[in-house]
Amino acid sequence: MDKIILGRYLPGDSIIYRLDPRGKFLLTFYFVGIVFLANNVASYAFLLAFVLFAVYLSKINFGFFIKGLRPIFWLILFTVALQLFFTPSNHPLWHWGILTFSKEGMVIAGYIFIRFVLIIFISTLLTLTTTPIEISDSIESILKPLKKINFPVTQVALMLSIALRFVPLLVDETTKIMDAQRARGVDFGEGVLIKRIKSFVPILIPLFVSSFSIAYDLAIAMESRGYKDGEGRSKYRVLSWDKRDNLMVLFMAVVTIILLFLRSY
Amino acid sequence: MEITFEHVTHSYEANSPTASLGLDDVSLTIKDKLFTAIVGQTGSGKSTLVRHINALLKPTSGKVIVGKRVITSETNNKNLKPLRKQVGMVFQFPESQLFEDTVEKDIMFGPMNFGATEEEARKAAHTMIKLVGLDESLLSKSPFDLSGGQMRRVAIAGVLASDPETVILDEPTAGLDPVGRLEIMNLFKDLQEKGKTIILITHNMDDVADYADEMAVIHSGKLIAQGPPKEVFNNQELLQDDVLTLPHSASFAKELQQKGFHFDKLPITINELGTEIKQQLNGD
Repeated sequence: MDKIILGRYLPGDSIIYRLDPRGKFLLTFYFVGIVFLANNVASYAFLLAFVLFAVYLSKINFGFFIKGLRPIFWLILFTVALQLFFTPSNHPLWHWGILTFSKEGMVIAGYIFIRFVLIIFISTLLTLTTTPIEISDSIESILKPLKKINFPVTQVALMLSIALRFVPLLVDETTKIMDAQRARGVDFGEGVLIKRIKSFVPILIPLFVSSFSIAYDLAIAMESRGYKDGEGRSKYRVLSWDKRDNLMVLFMAVVTIILLFLRSY
Repeated sequence: MEITFEHVTHSYEANSPTASLGLDDVSLTIKDKLFTAIVGQTGSGKSTLVRHINALLKPTSGKVIVGKRVITSETNNKNLKPLRKQVGMVFQFPESQLFEDTVEKDIMFGPMNFGATEEEARKAAHTMIKLVGLDESLLSKSPFDLSGGQMRRVAIAGVLASDPETVILDEPTAGLDPVGRLEIMNLFKDLQEKGKTIILITHNMDDVADYADEMAVIHSGKLIAQGPPKEVFNNQELLQDDVLTLPHSASFAKELQQKGFHFDKLPITINELGTEIKQQLNGD
């Protein structure tokens, strides 16, 4: 559980931390979209430079970003290998059965690799610099227009923020229950598949039971503090959009224009 | 079975940017068949320490010797069952580990994992439920129908059913009422007198004074004192630094000292305090 960096928040302070989370959230998605516009060495190099610059601005240890890649390392390797050996080519350098190895394949595999790195880095940057609660606030704020079609935005936002709040708690609970069952002689991850699946019953049942009791206690506590429903509440955390955020949008626009230029160049 | 820690250091998420030190060069011996209390502030590393004894955690450096077994950073996860049978562990709020559909099956779960036959395990369940002070009729009930205190006892019975030589207790009485607390603590003291090694993590200094033969004080991952409670509670330095508080009897004795009583060593249990006061009143 400790090894997953993506989705974790790291306390810190730098210009990236102080940006409005809504802007960060939307622009991260926007960036993931424009990554696919890049189509040649120059455009990829430019995007890579942009991401590294953003990482530099965040003042976060670069090691975290490398660690973020680790969980999906095999997925990247697999995709890159597929591209490397299955890209059709008129001038293959090497050929065996259905496998072809060519210059085109190498270039495409390289692009795929960089694309993965760019997307992982930028999303790791978002989650490392934005607290889960800020992310759920931004989702609420972004979904607000859906209220017009009777979509329960406040309820969804509430569920989201409660879910996010309880993720670390349930992770702790899981570790604790696993340890307790290990001490009672359960081996996890040993034996044949059926036995392995069965060994998770002593974790899942207590985990569900404690989730029910947490939910029950939380609902009572919320009601006794006067919570009725999502309507008519004021907000404690108010997101503010200022000059910095305008600048960020402008910067992104410039990046897009340069990218479009490099693309056709 | 003696347990020895030799220069044990444990670092969480070692070799990562978020590494944090749980234990810092701890050397400690937990004597066989005695009642050892481990105290320290929240987050001082007590739970990290005891998790090394049944290899739920492994030292980053140094070694832990449990009987004939040596646990180092290289110890692999295979073949740990004999160790975990020897070292039973009651976690904090152990009621969250119950999962079977009847209390009986839940208590039998541990022994069965350690290779007992169904018959032996069932017998153990019947003995243990009485030992923890519950009625045998509860055996056929679902553990989730019980009250919190009863669930706690069933969970403790489930750990004791495997007949461990060493029992580790992580705040076993947290959240229990005073009567329940006394019953459970007496149960552990009985077990110790019958030849088991008991290791107790607690914040309650009265329990330490009343039950423990030995105590160890952990502060910020370091072992800062070890010895019989009577000596450790008389260590003025520790008390001044606020890393340790006195049991009620001892702090009352301290107040008496200011009013003219004299104690060579602070009495730490209510009985000792009573005897001392009686002697001094009669003597004068």
